[in-house]
Amino acid sequence: MRTTPAGPADGAGPATPSQPVVEMSGITIEFPGVKALQAVDLRLFPGEVHALMGENGAGKSTLIKALTGVYSYDSGTVTVGGTERSFSSPAEAQAAGISTVYQEVNLCPNLSVTENIVLGREPRRRGHIDRRASRTRARAVLARLHLDVDPDSTLGTHPIAVQQLVAIARAVDTDCRVLVLDEPTSSLDAGEVAELFRVIRALRDSGVAILFVSHFLDQVYEISDRMTVLRNGQLVGEHRTADLPRLQLVQEMIGRELATLEDLERAAANPVPTDAVPRLSGRGLGRTGALAPVDLDVHAGRVVGLAGLLGSGRTELTRLLFGADRATSGELRMDGRPVRLRSPRQAIAHRIAFSSEDRKAEGVVGDLTVRDNLLLALQARRGWLRPIPRRTGDELVAKYMAALDVRPADPDALLRNLSGGNQQKVLLARWLLTEPRLLLLDEPTRGIDIGAKAQIQQLVAQLASDGMSVVFVSAELEEVVRICDQVVVLRDRQKVAELDGATSSVDDVVDLIARGGRS
Amino acid sequence: MTVSDTRPTAPDPAAPPPAGPGGRRPWQTWLRSTTTGSRTFSVLVTGVLLVVLFGTGSARYENFGSPQVALNLLVDNAHLVVLAVGMTFVILTGGIDLSSGAVVALSTVIAASLLEAGWPAPVAIAVVLATGALLGWLMGAAVHHLQLQPFIVTLAGMFLARGLCFVISVPSIPIRDPFFQSMAQDVVELPGNTFLTYSVFIALAVLVAAVWVLHRTRFGRTVYAIGGNESSAALMGLAVGRTKVGVYVISGTLSALAGLLFTFYMLSGYSLHAIGMELDAIAAVVIGGTLLTGGAGYVVGSLLGVLVLGTIQALISFDGGLSSWWTKITVGVLLLVFVVVQRLTTRRARPGT
Repeated sequence: MRTTPAGPADGAGPATPSQPVVEMSGITIEFPGVKALQAVDLRLFPGEVHALMGENGAGKSTLIKALTGVYSYDSGTVTVGGTERSFSSPAEAQAAGISTVYQEVNLCPNLSVTENIVLGREPRRRGHIDRRASRTRARAVLARLHLDVDPDSTLGTHPIAVQQLVAIARAVDTDCRVLVLDEPTSSLDAGEVAELFRVIRALRDSGVAILFVSHFLDQVYEISDRMTVLRNGQLVGEHRTADLPRLQLVQEMIGRELATLEDLERAAANPVPTDAVPRLSGRGLGRTGALAPVDLDVHAGRVVGLAGLLGSGRTELTRLLFGADRATSGELRMDGRPVRLRSPRQAIAHRIAFSSEDRKAEGVVGDLTVRDNLLLALQARRGWLRPIPRRTGDELVAKYMAALDVRPADPDALLRNLSGGNQQKVLLARWLLTEPRLLLLDEPTRGIDIGAKAQIQQLVAQLASDGMSVVFVSAELEEVVRICDQVVVLRDRQKVAELDGATSSVDDVVDLIARGGRS
Repeated sequence: MTVSDTRPTAPDPAAPPPAGPGGRRPWQTWLRSTTTGSRTFSVLVTGVLLVVLFGTGSARYENFGSPQVALNLLVDNAHLVVLAVGMTFVILTGGIDLSSGAVVALSTVIAASLLEAGWPAPVAIAVVLATGALLGWLMGAAVHHLQLQPFIVTLAGMFLARGLCFVISVPSIPIRDPFFQSMAQDVVELPGNTFLTYSVFIALAVLVAAVWVLHRTRFGRTVYAIGGNESSAALMGLAVGRTKVGVYVISGTLSALAGLLFTFYMLSGYSLHAIGMELDAIAAVVIGGTLLTGGAGYVVGSLLGVLVLGTIQALISFDGGLSSWWTKITVGVLLLVFVVVQRLTTRRARPGT
């Protein structure tokens, strides 16, 4: 897409920039059993790009949904343009000038660009749609964003990035004072991001307040004027971007959990003989659009941690190692022999096990019993024609339930009735039953209580000292540094460094994540 | 961001001609980039096929090429044109209406039995149309409010309508009403010693109205939007529910109207009329280039689809030596070919391929 030189801004901005157009204060939202947001404040100023920062589960989406009328809040106030408002639907919020563009484009790919912009509010003349006026209006809003897109072209023929810009055009076609962009850059390449940012700046200069959510720190620093940081549903702080060093931002986002867990005793790490062939070795392993090529060695008896913020490529890498996504570049060797993993079945045949990040959607089967869940992977490995004998099954289930301390200790309980931590243990045990040589754990300790967390960490250490290779992914850097022998730091879908787990500290990792290893 | 997918916005005299990168010719760019592009292409293919079929017939059989043979395609299929137009509305939203053939039969039976009972023709016609609209509304409401599969709902509607025919009358009822008689027999003389029936004009009027509704009203554009992405359409604030119910009401009403045209044609009401006619309509819609998944296609294509079916039938009856089952076999093969062509063109229309 070509750009025309930026014209003079459309002077629609409210008068005083010191007056926020949106002011949310003391917003508290409780879901059954969880305080999703606790007394959070957010101020959006006209003509400013405001970044909302926080890790997964920090409450960013909840706060956006409270603003746009998707969720109702339990206490707090929302003031828009000086008057207190409470929206009960996104349509109401939009009528008040608050538009939202989501990560996945919510438009109709089969219709023209013009129609996608004006659909539902087409100009009409004598009872039918005035196509010429529609096109004129679409052209006007595209011109306002300096977008050179043919208004008659079909939306679906354009790349996602252009479709996203058209979605923004639709959002600002109405009288838009606040534009919420939820992860708009997650599927764009660098050039497309630059184009998006140009559009965002043009809107900002015309007086629109923009709320921008992204996991990419570089982008946030490039585009935002102000930031609000959330952690665990609480407000950590609001800063001007220029006044907030990256290191401090990352620390605020990740937080410093107090050393509630006793340090695990590690037998001075597990030394690697220099001549040993790694159990798993990846060279230039990558996938277009998901992960830049990465080198990775995992030796027998070692725990390798993948550290990085959400979206840094840690999940993408584990999925490549399990064959859940196909690598588009590089090669993978197991015990020195080249292997190609085209599907999880092949990975399982190589005795690789993968415990997924999203255990509800991709892992456990809630409506089966603990016993059935435990035996699932082993049965799959044996093939369906060779059922596991009842007694062998019972013995295995009893053994692993005891070893992992699954509670309640009832193999016939339905899995969905177990707590998150115990579900995670069952998922782990399922893979351990298949005696894997390489265990991939993506966020095994997320959302589980601290006791279960400690048990899982201990188990990982135990498994490694028994000779298993483990790849351990976690957003909690303390955990990674504590239990891993080797830490691979990822940032913006690239590997930026590899540290020795025994000699490095959380601060080293934070520093690398913030600065990308260029310091 | 690439320039490749967009044409220059305005005709700029200074700009070079729109030669796409990668040696893509302007017409290919047009095919890829315009709303009308690949769908117009499908309709064109159907049009060319129609001309080829008709040309083949003219070359092989004496008198096939006479103007009246061509006009008879419309005369004999006016009811199917109306049925296919209604079906196009439903298929554009991504739905299907299996009840339409049975509604045609029900319409013939209701019309015939009311006329037999001495009702005036206009009242009988109004009752038939209202019945079709009501059945359509019931099915549309079930599809939208109960979120049931259109396939199952309209299958139930099909059995219901067909069953009602038998409740009203098992034997065929002849029609002697003067209005229906005149609609069946009177023709409009055209130059060149040719003629059309009134039914043809009704069918063409329906077609024109459908084109206007689909392309120039919010209702019509919402039909396309729902076919493109229903949840997006809802998030864009469009009247998804009203529109979804609306297309079934339209299909039901047009099925009843098709039933009236069929009654004019057959001059009888019979429970076993129009068996499988809904499938002919679906075939015509698909051959006319409309995607079964919804969101893309034209009613004009459906007209061409009906004419293609009619031409195949004419070819086989002119031959005389072939069994009429060859019609079905040819239509089956054509349908398969068209679905494959559709798959290939939609694949091409996606970005990045």
